[in-house]
Amino acid sequence: MSKGELRDVTLVEAVNLALHWEMEHDENVVVLGEDIATNGGVFRATVGLKEKFGFKRVMDTPLAENLIAGTSVGMATQGLKPVAEFQFMGFIYAGMEQIVSHAARMRNRTRGRLHCPIVYRAPFGGGIHAPEHHSESTEALFAHIPGLRVVIPSSPQRAYGLLLAAIRNPDPVIFLEPKRLYRAVTQSVENNGEALPLDTCFTLREGDDVTLITWGPCVMETLQAADKLAHQGVTCEVIDVATVSPLDRETLLCSVAKTGRAVIIHEACRNGGVGAEIAASLAESAFLDLQAPVVRVTGYDTVMPYYRNEAAYLPQVEDIVEAVEQVIAL
Amino acid sequence: MRQRHEFHVDSTRYLDDHGKPLDDLPALAGDTERILAAYRNMVLTRTFDSKVIALQRTGKCGTYASVLGHEVIGTAIGQSMAKTDVFVPYYRDQAVHTLRGLSLRDMMLYWGGDERGSANWENCPEDLPIAVPIATQCCHAVGVASAIRIRGEERAVVCCVGDGGTSKGDFLESINLAGAWHLPVVFVAINNQWAISTPRSLQTGAETIAQKAISAGLPGHAVDGNDYFAASEVLDTALERARGGKGATLIEAVTYRLGDHTTADDATRYRTAEDLKRAWEKDGVKRLQNWLHDNDLWDADKEKALQADCKNRVEKAVEEYLATEPQPPTAMVDYLFETLPPALQAQRERIAAKYRGGES
Repeated sequence: MSKGELRDVTLVEAVNLALHWEMEHDENVVVLGEDIATNGGVFRATVGLKEKFGFKRVMDTPLAENLIAGTSVGMATQGLKPVAEFQFMGFIYAGMEQIVSHAARMRNRTRGRLHCPIVYRAPFGGGIHAPEHHSESTEALFAHIPGLRVVIPSSPQRAYGLLLAAIRNPDPVIFLEPKRLYRAVTQSVENNGEALPLDTCFTLREGDDVTLITWGPCVMETLQAADKLAHQGVTCEVIDVATVSPLDRETLLCSVAKTGRAVIIHEACRNGGVGAEIAASLAESAFLDLQAPVVRVTGYDTVMPYYRNEAAYLPQVEDIVEAVEQVIAL
Repeated sequence: MRQRHEFHVDSTRYLDDHGKPLDDLPALAGDTERILAAYRNMVLTRTFDSKVIALQRTGKCGTYASVLGHEVIGTAIGQSMAKTDVFVPYYRDQAVHTLRGLSLRDMMLYWGGDERGSANWENCPEDLPIAVPIATQCCHAVGVASAIRIRGEERAVVCCVGDGGTSKGDFLESINLAGAWHLPVVFVAINNQWAISTPRSLQTGAETIAQKAISAGLPGHAVDGNDYFAASEVLDTALERARGGKGATLIEAVTYRLGDHTTADDATRYRTAEDLKRAWEKDGVKRLQNWLHDNDLWDADKEKALQADCKNRVEKAVEEYLATEPQPPTAMVDYLFETLPPALQAQRERIAAKYRGGES
């Protein structure tokens, strides 16, 4: 695997680069999941790992998601750092009990005697014309669970740096990869093993008129909307939340103190979404800074439609532009 | 049609209900020291058990799951395991835990609502804490065993699960993985006939739980869980096999839950006094005591001294337990992550301010 700056790297390739780097530099890192070894993963995120590090550290598991989640807990208590793949987020639910009741609680239960440095990776979100159950974005389920980190990259560079940080973090991380962005954009990635910080928002663009708060796949449409609005003379501050739990409220509050307006954009359905937590935090702590109500642009409170209608479900650029125009008008 | 494979489930028993040998005893019957240590552990566990139930009844302990009926299999597990092996328990393994070196005080702390009961296991720091959600620990056991296999160590894992737990996917997925990956793990399904009120007959149509091993490609072995010699022999063999890289074993230890499910349960609602009386006739602790008597290794004076010693040890632990101050309320967030995230800092300060004076 080439070191140094690599051009034209996709998000899924960045994931692969980070896995290679960390497996090479830390013998405790192991990778497990369905079809991840010989096949290299259904999205090829783990391609080449088995050839380089062998079956002992790159494990094709039986087809049992609960087992993948729970086996990782046992491995972690032995000092391994498992990176477990769920093939799609829609299949993670079989592993919920192990993640919620054990991975998230082992450190607390043993007062730090044992802990779970696990990364649970899952491709998430819609937009690739996949079958039912293959387009879920239920990050809020995990954001609600104490003891878990929920990290969502939105570019190749952040996928690389945040995955390294997640693997090195001594506590469990749900790492959700927006599969709509897996191959949608490319970037240069410095393959130097440098992690990015967790628990920190990334301000992608500075602006004065409104703060656009988003993460994961919607970062793409949000940036496009900010471009359009710039032509209309509206400058948007675009924040990629990246770690949706625990939340970096400080960055969000500082930005809203400056702009006085906020629009939250996420693909997941609205009811009980992470956007609701952010909106509530802004209402509690930035009320006097706000010049307009906080507005959300989200998926609808329904089941993700089969793919002929998925575009109608996903937040579109014009939805974001419209929401900004609405808050600017006030 | 021709028969593709033939499967069998072994079953082992050496002592009758009165402690009389039914057969030549295994070699370990010559190890007097081990047998006496086993009997002492069974009595200690039983003494601990009745005391904690009394503490619960008098409001000095939380809901507690009695170990009554599990003393023999638990002791056999604890003795067969090496210090370097890893134990993955469920919540009725007190007889193993005393032998793993847990203090009686810590065992009380756990049931007495204090996380520190699972914290300072200096004699077995790699052992997993008690798992409450049924059978979930089986997945952890194969994870630990995978780590041992990856590193090529000669160690093994023992995982306990109840008969009810063998109905769960966690158990079935885990024995399946243990077979597929030849993992150094011994599953002990402690069949005490009851999952709270649900009898063993409603858990599975299979004649034995041991035979579930066959579908996973493991040897399955049924054993009389109240027969110390049988249980110890089967465990010694399975552990040796696991440590030697020969793979996993499922042992079904047949016993009977002589107490209620927990102190919150009333077993008279679903089982008869006659059933319970018959089960007491098979009590493994009494059975081993009879055998010791028959072999001139035990007498009334020794029994009296042992009972007094166990009582003293338990009473001392109760004193320590009751004298242990609760953790400060801020401890509820201090062990969630290695480093407290800023998002939680304000909540910690709120707790500290609300319970000022309780800060550590």
